[in-house]
Amino acid sequence: MAKMRGAIVVDTERCKGCEVCLVNCPSDTIGMSKEVNGKGYHYAFMKDPESCTGCANCAIVCPDGVITVYRVKA
Amino acid sequence: MDIKEIIKPENLVHKRTPLMTDANLSYCPGCGHGTVHHLIMEVVEELDIQQDTIGIAPVGCSVLAYDFMDIDMTQAAHGRAPAVATGIKRLWPEKYVFTYQGDGDLAAIGTAETIHACNRGENIAIFFINNGIYGMTGGQMAPTTLEGMKSSTTPYGRDYKTMGHPIKITELVAQLPGTSFVTRQAVHKPGNVRKTKKAIRKAFEVQKEKMGVAFIEIVSNCNSGWKMTPNDSNKWMEENMFPFYPLGDIKVEGKIVKDLMKDLV
Ligand code: SF4
Ligand code: SF4
Repeated sequence: MAKMRGAIVVDTERCKGCEVCLVNCPSDTIGMSKEVNGKGYHYAFMKDPESCTGCANCAIVCPDGVITVYRVKA
Repeated sequence: MDIKEIIKPENLVHKRTPLMTDANLSYCPGCGHGTVHHLIMEVVEELDIQQDTIGIAPVGCSVLAYDFMDIDMTQAAHGRAPAVATGIKRLWPEKYVFTYQGDGDLAAIGTAETIHACNRGENIAIFFINNGIYGMTGGQMAPTTLEGMKSSTTPYGRDYKTMGHPIKITELVAQLPGTSFVTRQAVHKPGNVRKTKKAIRKAFEVQKEKMGVAFIEIVSNCNSGWKMTPNDSNKWMEENMFPFYPLGDIKVEGKIVKDLMKDLV
């Protein structure tokens, strides 16, 4: 089976740093930034971009709908 | 492979639905309300019924839902959304009409409107977010607050001897002849989100067939009201809310599909 590679783009200014995406990522791809956004939240980012499979689990559980997901066959 | 090669329009698998407006959601970080808003708008987008859908916002945390969903919406007095939905649907029987309500709105103040709209079999969808608390006003006990559950008005936990029992309004309305599809779902995990989306889609589909009320309860978290982090509140919800409010379909195509007596006590 072809391996999937994915990537997420987080709208960092809209992210509320709730970490719901983080615990629902099966690949442990997501971390929270040290910096804060304009609202004062530590936003989500890909701490391990290589591991993302583009499954979109993070995006569908994000209450604020701030994650865009891309996927390709690697 | 470089990330830049992955992030290209042709590789897109998920993006925010354009039916959600650009307004920032007024909900607390990690609150399930936002997830449900997105799902309803995704379904409306996929069914291509944006021009034909009318929503009714409640009083409560989701009072501003009309700012977030880019469809025709109005807002009802506390608990009266099913009555307003009835009027709108009867005037425009070809429109898709739904209410969006919390547990304080639907299961306390609006109990009469909820029960009678369900009993009359109005062809509307009711989306009911149950987080066991009055979120917006400061986390007071709601009819749905679990026995022993702490809230700002039950600091020692809800005691049914003086405060009554939590109400399973979803099981109640399932027993009324006017409901066609009754289910209880959640949105804290990807699998649950997918199931909830299917249920929302079905709620719009049965409306087209004029089979009566589609009633979708979503058990959700209120991390601020419960005084927990979002992920802790979701875990608490699994451990405490789900045993009392079990997930799954209760009534499908007008037939009860689960043993209601089993869950009564
Ligand atoms: S798309 Fe899947 S693998 Fe990638 S960050 Fe999101 S949840 Fe993790
Ligand atoms: S679920 Fe959404 S809002 Fe919450 S931390 Fe992740 S990206 Fe940010």
